[in-house]
Amino acid sequence: MKKKDTPQDKSALEGHTRDVCYVKNKDGKYETVLSSGWEVKSAALDNAWDDIHEQVELARKAVLSGEKSPIYFYFIKQLMDFQVIAGYTGFWKVSIKKHMTPKGFKKLSEKKLAIYAKTFGISIDELKNFKG
Amino acid sequence: MTEPLAFGMGAGLFYIHIPYMQVSGGPMISFRSMPGGIFRRTCKSLNIELERKKFKNQLDAQIYLDKKIEEGIPVGCQVGVFHLTYFPKEYRFHFNAHNLIVYGKEGDNYLISDPVMEEVTTLSSFELNRARFSQGVLAPKGHVYFPKKVGKIDKTTIQKAIISGINRNIIYMYRAPGPIIGATGIKGTANKIRTWRDKLGPRKAGLYLGQIVRMQEEIGTGGGGFRFLYAAFLEEAADYLQEDRLLPIADQMTKAGDLWRSSAVQMAGIYKGRLTEQKDYDNTADIMCEISEVEREAFKQLAKLKLK
Repeated sequence: MKKKDTPQDKSALEGHTRDVCYVKNKDGKYETVLSSGWEVKSAALDNAWDDIHEQVELARKAVLSGEKSPIYFYFIKQLMDFQVIAGYTGFWKVSIKKHMTPKGFKKLSEKKLAIYAKTFGISIDELKNFKG
Repeated sequence: MTEPLAFGMGAGLFYIHIPYMQVSGGPMISFRSMPGGIFRRTCKSLNIELERKKFKNQLDAQIYLDKKIEEGIPVGCQVGVFHLTYFPKEYRFHFNAHNLIVYGKEGDNYLISDPVMEEVTTLSSFELNRARFSQGVLAPKGHVYFPKKVGKIDKTTIQKAIISGINRNIIYMYRAPGPIIGATGIKGTANKIRTWRDKLGPRKAGLYLGQIVRMQEEIGTGGGGFRFLYAAFLEEAADYLQEDRLLPIADQMTKAGDLWRSSAVQMAGIYKGRLTEQKDYDNTADIMCEISEVEREAFKQLAKLKLK
């Protein structure tokens, strides 16, 4: 990439940082230049987030309709996978799957609820009284 | 010491498409070898002895870190990105192989130099502990490291390190067999892309392609899936080794980087919904096949130089 072709598009980096690019200068030698972002990459990131928001919406509906428990909602909302949630809570994957059903959720002790609440960074109250 | 040199000595350039596995619902693709491995190899070939430590609990990890900082040693820390409060929100996924340097402490705040950030930054002890003990794949477990003993580094050491880095990279990109790794791995992905439109449907195919672009253009990669960074390395290597035959190969790598950028533009056309035909997927795949050829040829040339 030539130095003059370095993209300087608006992106999520704004107000945080800029991206280092290795570019060819006029003498054909490499040097670094800072870029505020590239629209092609931003579009990919936006697309990924649209998909996440969609999944969160589906999860919200699933909890409100009584198919899933709030654990499932926060699991999706916080972009977790089972390895992540198992790591934070110390519970087995099979148990977590049970806790993601309304039936399994009801049986959870206060102590276990507290662990989940801490993992998600919310209060036990918020977890128990899911408002969507 | 420069970033391209460190990258090249550690044989940083790579391509791998791990089949049957997914990251955040997309294909698992990487454009570089494991950052820990690059760092380890570079240190080893420069005779730098590292001290490393992992911890079972946050308290021990913090006590150890505080002690080292008090001794005036800047400490490298592996952290998870999800809890890094200074990161743009859109970039905060559960990615655990991020590294930063803690170089001081003021009150409860750690002074931090993060390679992704333009300026130095800070994290409270609570925030840093949480990031050091993030969970998931490659959980850092409070991993810290710093140079224990630095041997003599002269020009010959650097020359040797450059050559061993190049030779290892030839194995990664050119000699490694199979449709998963190296130049042939790129072709492997290209062939998959041809089927994505029918197999996955436009929405999911778009997300998959977006994932490739995001991996390729991650912050701090220098653009073009690390290819520009590697070209810059070859350029510096030519200088150190007084080996002008490396320069045309550096140009090849620049070309590969430029092609990766054009493939990203093409992919963006698809995930933005502007390009929808099968021929658009084929075009993307064709560019990737070309990249595969260019990179294969570049490393073949490197192999032919028989650097010693």
